[in-house]
Amino acid sequence: MKIAASLRTAITALKALRRNPMRAMLTTLGIVIGVAAVIAMMEIGAGSESALQKTIASMGANVLLIRPGTASSGGVSFGAGTTTTLTPEDSQALLRECPSIANATPMVRARAQVVYGNRNWVPNAIYGTTPNYLSIQNLEILTEGEPFNQRDVLNGNRVCLLGPTLARELFEEVSPVGKEIRIKNIAFRVIGVLAPKGANMMGFDQDDVILAPWTTIKYRVSGTSLTTTNQSSNSTTDSVNTLSNLYPSSQASLYPKKSSVQQADNPMPVRFANIDQIMAVASNASEITTAIKQATSVLRERHRLRIDEPDDFNIRDMAELTSTLSTTTRLMTNLLLAVAMISLLVGGVGIMNIMLVSVTERTREIGLRMAVGAKGQDILHQFLVEAVVLCLVGGAIGIVLGHGGGLLVRFFLQWPVKTSPSAITAAVLVSAGVGIIFGFYPAWKASRLDPIEALRYE
Amino acid sequence: MELIKLYAIEKTYRMGDFFVPVLKGINLTINQGELIALTGSSGSGKSTLMNILGCLDRPSAGEYWLDGEAISRCSANQRATLRNRKLGFVFQSFNLLARTSALDNVAMPLAYSAEYLSDKETRDRAAEMLGRVGLADRLHHHPSQLSGGQQQRVAIARALINRPPVLFADEPTGNLDSHTSQEVLEMFEQLNHEDGITIIMVTHDPKVALHTRRIIEINDGMIINDSTNMRSNRNDDMTSRHNDQIDTIKTLSFNTAAP
Repeated sequence: MKIAASLRTAITALKALRRNPMRAMLTTLGIVIGVAAVIAMMEIGAGSESALQKTIASMGANVLLIRPGTASSGGVSFGAGTTTTLTPEDSQALLRECPSIANATPMVRARAQVVYGNRNWVPNAIYGTTPNYLSIQNLEILTEGEPFNQRDVLNGNRVCLLGPTLARELFEEVSPVGKEIRIKNIAFRVIGVLAPKGANMMGFDQDDVILAPWTTIKYRVSGTSLTTTNQSSNSTTDSVNTLSNLYPSSQASLYPKKSSVQQADNPMPVRFANIDQIMAVASNASEITTAIKQATSVLRERHRLRIDEPDDFNIRDMAELTSTLSTTTRLMTNLLLAVAMISLLVGGVGIMNIMLVSVTERTREIGLRMAVGAKGQDILHQFLVEAVVLCLVGGAIGIVLGHGGGLLVRFFLQWPVKTSPSAITAAVLVSAGVGIIFGFYPAWKASRLDPIEALRYE
Repeated sequence: MELIKLYAIEKTYRMGDFFVPVLKGINLTINQGELIALTGSSGSGKSTLMNILGCLDRPSAGEYWLDGEAISRCSANQRATLRNRKLGFVFQSFNLLARTSALDNVAMPLAYSAEYLSDKETRDRAAEMLGRVGLADRLHHHPSQLSGGQQQRVAIARALINRPPVLFADEPTGNLDSHTSQEVLEMFEQLNHEDGITIIMVTHDPKVALHTRRIIEINDGMIINDSTNMRSNRNDDMTSRHNDQIDTIKTLSFNTAAP
């Protein structure tokens, strides 16, 4: 009974709208524009947002640094990176087995003097890595020259890429490509110059670097084999350093050196190579946590760690950048929301305006309906349904127009645009809400009319 | 059978600090099946009385019983239901919904009462009503496509759709020429005679009043004359003379209508 009655009210409202299609259309226009603006805004905004995310991600927000764990001996910790547990194969395994990791590269670091002709410079960092590093750091496009490739890595070729700072220091205006520089007396051929990147957030000059295949740096420059980088395995070097007699090392040898018998009893595990860190990149900012979990389980399995054993590696993410990213995203969303709300508010006021006019214009009709037995609430419902129907139809048209507008923007301005189903849902809900809220006052006014006055209204 | 009973009905409007009495104690009894003209000069209070009788307004004082129900104490919603079930209205300016077919216009009051009727039943009933007022071939015409008389007949069909015992007509012929007025008045007479519908007509036109059997004259908020119209063509014992009477009245009205 109740449902039938409301259905009848709805039909009455629809018929009333159909009687004046022009007015209905104009009324809807406000909402059409409002919703279209919202949808277009949301789509363009969502596109800009993902572009913004990409930009921030290029600063390294998605980067995970995996470094070997802390070695300790007898309760004395030697600090991060003092065990040699990571291998290049770990890096490949991460890339292969973790769905949330988009890219990974092994890295070897060195610090050494670089010499060209009569000039020399000590760059901030000498990184031995693979071509993957370039894509992780968005350095694929070089200022000049060409990047090294996988073959260079496999062969340990002596090629390198110079950061712009280093190139300027060593070569000034001359193009360094094809020239030979020396790092620790090893000759490297410069095959390219990196694009300038400036300082990172900590003030570290990212242009003051040399990139080379990790095999070359590992085996030719740092010259470290399995044992030498590890403080715990050789806390005192047995190389002869005459200076250390003049300036005795402050690091006292606390533990007796292992005898050959002890070393035979406790052999160091033999690995092909170890690396200083693995740089991995999560497929997107929201996947960072998942990526860390996946990397942890893959590495634990590869390192054959028992359940009760602690990790022999550390995984760090760029928490600061990530939080910047999420703050920016939230700011962007709120901004768009504010704009959207204002458009809808304007549309809603438009609806209210026309509905009020419509109530005045249809005073006699209202009086008549009351005379033949419509109760105040029947009139209220009729006008509310009219307003809501107008808003919903307007919303639907607005969604189509807004989406079309978004596509046009993408087509003509090459602006990134992303369809957002949540915006569409929100627009539908909000336009219905606007209909109810802004339709209520005119409807209420109509329902309060005195039938006698209304019938006499000219 | 008593259908309407008014006892000491008063209505006072308030204009700022002044109270303007419009009705000053009306006592009236109307039986079922009567055909009544409510006449009086403008400002006499006949419209106010009509509004009170039509349950559109409430009296300031006094009692009103309609079909045994005390209306004076009804809420607005109860009165709306009463209007829907028991009263039909015909207005001077027809008050049809523009750009709406005759059928939909007639079916409109059903939207507020007959939830149990299906769409088809609603339409059938509206079509039947239009057939009874002789517009069976104009079901889908819009008011703008109908003549004044036809429009008023649509309005009558609308008033009758809920089969009310009482029909109120406020200057039903005021916007019609004399010929169509005649048709409409004949229709009222026919409804009154054949269906026993009580019809109360407000008019200031004595010629229209002549079609009724009882003329109530109001002046200054009081009933000054309540007489049986002996010249009416509708006295039960005079039905045989029906046609002669109509001719007489037609001539009469044509004569007076001519300047």
